[in-house]
Amino acid sequence: MFEIRIHSRGGQGGVTAARLIALAAFRDGKHATATPFYGAERRGAPIIAFARIDEDPIRIYSQVQNPDLVVVLDRTLVPVVKVLKGLKPHGAVLVNSGHAVTLDHQRVHHVDLTGIALAEDLVIAGEPVLDTPVLGAIARLGVISLESATKAIAEMFQDPRNVTAAERAYRELVL
Amino acid sequence: MAPIPKEEHILATTSACPGCSSSLSLRYILKASGPDTVLVIPASCTSVIQGMYPHTAVQVPVYNIAFAAAASCASGMSAALRRAGRGTRVIVYAGDGGTVDIGLQALSGALERETDFLYICFDNEAYGNTGMQRSGSTPLGALTTTTPAGKVHPKKEIDRIVEAHHPPYQATAVSAFPVDLYRKVEKALTFRGPSFIHLLGPCPTGWRFPHGKTIEVGRMAVKTGAWILWERVHGVLAVSAPSKGPLKNPVPLQDYLGMQGRFRGIPPSLVERLQGEIDLRRAEVLREAGEA
Amino acid sequence: MKIIATGNYAVAEAVKQAAPWVIAAYPITPQTEIVERIAQFVTRGELACDYIPVESEHSAMAACIGASAAGVRTFTATSSQGLLYMHELLHWAAGARLPVVMANVNRAVGPPWNVWADHTDALSQRDTGWLQVYAATAQEAYDTTLMAFRIAEDERVLLPVMVNLDGFLLSHTMQDLATLEPGSFIPPLHLPHAIDTAHPAAYAPLTGPKDYYRFRWEMERSMRDAKRVIAETEEDFAARFGRRYGMTTEYRCEDADVLVIAMGTLAKEAEVAVDRLREEGTRAGVLRIRWFRPFPKLDLAGREVVVIDRDYSFGFGGVLAHSLCSTARAEPYSVIAGLGGQEVTHGDIASFVRDRRPGEEHWFGVKADV
Repeated sequence: MFEIRIHSRGGQGGVTAARLIALAAFRDGKHATATPFYGAERRGAPIIAFARIDEDPIRIYSQVQNPDLVVVLDRTLVPVVKVLKGLKPHGAVLVNSGHAVTLDHQRVHHVDLTGIALAEDLVIAGEPVLDTPVLGAIARLGVISLESATKAIAEMFQDPRNVTAAERAYRELVL
Repeated sequence: MAPIPKEEHILATTSACPGCSSSLSLRYILKASGPDTVLVIPASCTSVIQGMYPHTAVQVPVYNIAFAAAASCASGMSAALRRAGRGTRVIVYAGDGGTVDIGLQALSGALERETDFLYICFDNEAYGNTGMQRSGSTPLGALTTTTPAGKVHPKKEIDRIVEAHHPPYQATAVSAFPVDLYRKVEKALTFRGPSFIHLLGPCPTGWRFPHGKTIEVGRMAVKTGAWILWERVHGVLAVSAPSKGPLKNPVPLQDYLGMQGRFRGIPPSLVERLQGEIDLRRAEVLREAGEA
Repeated sequence: MKIIATGNYAVAEAVKQAAPWVIAAYPITPQTEIVERIAQFVTRGELACDYIPVESEHSAMAACIGASAAGVRTFTATSSQGLLYMHELLHWAAGARLPVVMANVNRAVGPPWNVWADHTDALSQRDTGWLQVYAATAQEAYDTTLMAFRIAEDERVLLPVMVNLDGFLLSHTMQDLATLEPGSFIPPLHLPHAIDTAHPAAYAPLTGPKDYYRFRWEMERSMRDAKRVIAETEEDFAARFGRRYGMTTEYRCEDADVLVIAMGTLAKEAEVAVDRLREEGTRAGVLRIRWFRPFPKLDLAGREVVVIDRDYSFGFGGVLAHSLCSTARAEPYSVIAGLGGQEVTHGDIASFVRDRRPGEEHWFGVKADV
């Protein structure tokens, strides 16, 4: 089973990103679940969402303890939340950032999702949309196929710029 | 005007107290609505009046429902009947407790959602079914088992609350003027959406007057202006015929209070306040009807 | 069609297929997505139905009662405080023999405020005369909702059915879902006592001591008959659509020496714990209680049992554990875990089994055992 934990703030699309991952994995022919952990439902609050992907039906509902991949949509969470907690020894980390980032002496993958969203004019209620571009970056890491990622995005959103942004993040991810 | 039909939809032998104005009112209400009617009844005197299982005095379906739930139950029933293409009339017949107190929220919701129904509040100005405890609709000064020194709070103006929801049709009535009641029910049922009739219910048991005097007490309520008959169609108020004279020249309130044991021996200050309330209401109706 | 959906969406999709004529509901976290989705279906014309946006849950159930009494299919959904607010009318719907179907998204009751999973809301309504069933996956929530209409409306039952799903854990987790066309699986509703002005009757009038108990007995008789109707309905569902659940669902129970018994998502998670325990050499299995009312007849004599209750009856114990004590000759190790969304992992469940002490009660997370 491949387990993902997404850190974001309320309104940034962390929950939707998890759902898109599950949908893309499902389109890849796998079983998948996406679970948000809701605290107070308000904008700006730290939010955690989980996605699980497996060949077999998934029976686990509890939170992901040892993620294979941690996604951080908002770098300001790093000093506040233990984003690397429980990360598997060879687990990967993906951070939304325009420049290289080191977390706990560990190099992490980065891509400027905010920049891509702004460049594509993907802004809702004043917030850049991060949930669709991040899918491209996750596809680049091989967790889901790019084809299923774009298919999942097209299923959930009509605006084609969402797919464009994901494809761009796929290309621009710094490994 | 068509004559009042001879057909009866309620038997003469209900389980009501002698002299009950509710049985009489129901007789005329059902004559006006006809056999294709459902009565929705929350906990109230009518829970008893209709008769006890396996008997019933009412010849249309009677749907009994929990105290606070009459208007909402009727909402669902009306929606279901309309969707099934049936024009069956849904009439809530609730007491003052079930309307102005415990049932107020459901009533407000049903009015706001423009439920297609007629809601009749039979107002005997206390919780009659449990032995006359005060309700929000009990008038100032009245003795009840929970206001043994006379009620110190004025009667809640349910008509104002209902009016704030802008139902297409709203009226007051009393069984002492059965033709007026009959015509109002008939008229209310011509509107699609909610109608509301506030029906005064002189109650020999609770108001403490001889059971042969129900009609006289009802008439005196109108003559003194303690109860004003009017109707409001799409927001426009018109005073009904029996109230036209009394509104301008009411007989002294004491003639009404003196007939009833529930106002006996209460402090003059409360009677004064009651008189003030009634004068105020009378002035408001006159002003609004353009007859001031 | 194969889609992915949350438990809430799965319920809404099933309701669309069952096509009730009247739905009355009041939003409450975490049930909101069900009513929002249904309101969308109605607005877009995908579901021909009167959606009554009532001002309270009390009115939601009252409106369902009124509509159901008129002989049409009805549905509502709620959770926690909303379910408690309906309490009086839950009794009324059952006593009036109305086949209302309701989804209840299990959530803790206050105080203190808590919006997460807990079964106390539904279990505190267990004596209302409603059938209660607990789903563990989105697919099961979907299938069970479809079955609920048929079971409730069967003339041998004519009692309301409450379909329960764990708040957030199931209501908000997105999973695979195969939707289906129920076709003739749910026959049209023929309510024998529907209001009919051509045949007037008094419904639920004052009924004296020499008659009242007869109506109560009729309810119990139908509750007993419901077991057969559930079995038949499950059988037909399996024949048509290939999925089967049962009164209880068993996982590796055949040769098990110790059974984990629970309801909802915890019992699904327990399957993972059981796999691990078997690797360690403990022959464990999971017995998931699906139908809580009517309660299944089980005989657990001679087997070790660990019961996990996501609920509690104060001054008494875990509701499920004690239900099994009194009906299934069990002497369970009673674990109280998952209250108000308390995190319980498959690792924790495996520990409960390893540390089992038959006949004792353990509050997960509380240091001193009770």
